[in-house]
Amino acid sequence: MIRANRICKSFAGKEVLSGIDLDIKPGMIFGLLGPSGAGKTTLIKVITGQLDSDSGNVSVFGKNVSDLTGTDKKQIGIMMDEHGVYERLSCTDNLKVFADIYGISHSKIMPALEEVGLKEAAGKPAMKLSKGMRARLRLARVFMVSPKLIFLDEPTSGLDPMTMKYIHKLILSRKAAGCTVFLTTHNMEEAAALCDEVALLNEGKIVDKGNPSDICRRYDYKRTVSIHLKTGEDLNLDYSEGSADRICALLRQGMIETIHSSEPTLETVFIELTGRNLESDAEVRYA
Amino acid sequence: MHNTLVIIKKELKDTLKNKTVLIQFLMFPVMTLIMENAVKVPDMPEFFFTKLFSVMYMGMAPLTSVASIISEEKEKNTLRVLMMANVKPWEYIAGIGFYVWALCMAGAGIMATGLPSSVIPFYLGIMAVGFMISITMGACIGIFSANQMTATSLFMPVMLVFSFAPMLAMFNDKIEKVAWIFYTQQLRILMNRMSFDGIRPEAVLTVALNGALALLLFFAAFKKKGLE
Repeated sequence: MIRANRICKSFAGKEVLSGIDLDIKPGMIFGLLGPSGAGKTTLIKVITGQLDSDSGNVSVFGKNVSDLTGTDKKQIGIMMDEHGVYERLSCTDNLKVFADIYGISHSKIMPALEEVGLKEAAGKPAMKLSKGMRARLRLARVFMVSPKLIFLDEPTSGLDPMTMKYIHKLILSRKAAGCTVFLTTHNMEEAAALCDEVALLNEGKIVDKGNPSDICRRYDYKRTVSIHLKTGEDLNLDYSEGSADRICALLRQGMIETIHSSEPTLETVFIELTGRNLESDAEVRYA
Repeated sequence: MHNTLVIIKKELKDTLKNKTVLIQFLMFPVMTLIMENAVKVPDMPEFFFTKLFSVMYMGMAPLTSVASIISEEKEKNTLRVLMMANVKPWEYIAGIGFYVWALCMAGAGIMATGLPSSVIPFYLGIMAVGFMISITMGACIGIFSANQMTATSLFMPVMLVFSFAPMLAMFNDKIEKVAWIFYTQQLRILMNRMSFDGIRPEAVLTVALNGALALLLFFAAFKKKGLE
């Protein structure tokens, strides 16, 4: 669906993207993870043809991005963090503008609003919507077109956990409908919950990529099992036959309160690879 | 063409809810009707208020509204969404330009209601030309400005010069000499004659030069900034 080969992009002498390679298969949710300023939005802009790369090439739907026709572009839905809505127009009128541009029947507007939970607010001017509702309106604008490829740039940043979960559900429903989703986020839990494949981007370079679980397993250097016993005692056992026998015995005796393997989270992998913390960067951004 | 019509439709809905833009379209036509009917001073030139407000209208409303609309879309990042929906820059500019021109022409039509029917085609022709030049200048400012605040600080002096210089020129010879180079002043002089026979080559040349300069600035601004 998307193939990027050695993409480089600089602004005012500063290299923002450095030799990015991507191969995103149809029907997958691909997550690009990185702290603010890592180059995530720039990469989306290059892939969607909003920015030209300095070198390298990008193909979308098997075509060079610069050769995409108007019909091809209508198969792509983009929701950028910075994209606005028409403040004075109602939710319905906001969608009508784009339904007319894409040549979509107005009968698709209400189902799109219903899908994102904005049916009740259909007649409300966008300026009166909360941040979460605006995000859902922007999603409805993308979903209404039924694109084959969706780019979502930080779709849940700054939103409350309930809205975040709702949006996750919507993204997964799109995947189930056969869409390919390119998602950028600095939220590791979001990436782990949604993505089939992730790439960790730091200072314009992909430091690792793959299935989230595979990445975590790959960096599981400790290879231990942590057990908290009902007696209050904590045990750390290595991966060995002796440990297996002991765990079995503890289970039979009903002594175990909790049991966890030591594999790291995406967050800890990222910190190990880059020395940077994604969430702390995000906190600075929203402080 | 299809996208241009969508932009026009969108603007029509938006303007009805945007009081600051709406008032610019309505203010001068309404004031003209009121003043022409309410104020009767002996020896006052015929259709004094119609001519006075018409020149102010053509120098003010299209310029400020086009600059406001474009700069607001840039500031709110809705213009980027339109571009990504494969709306071409020329389709957008044509939509906004035609919409503002049509609305201003409707306003000019209201202002023309007090004029004899024989001079109305001439009057509307003059207004149409003035609106087109002002719209081009407004588009230059809108394209050049990243947000509405920058646009306001740019269009205010330009709008004041073009719309008020012809009025001040009626009372001050020195200003008249300077205002002569502006299209609004030339169109005011033509409007005073109110006849196709009264069109002089130097007026046509000055207006054409103003129009050419506006177009040149428009293309330069577009080349430098684009619509992003």
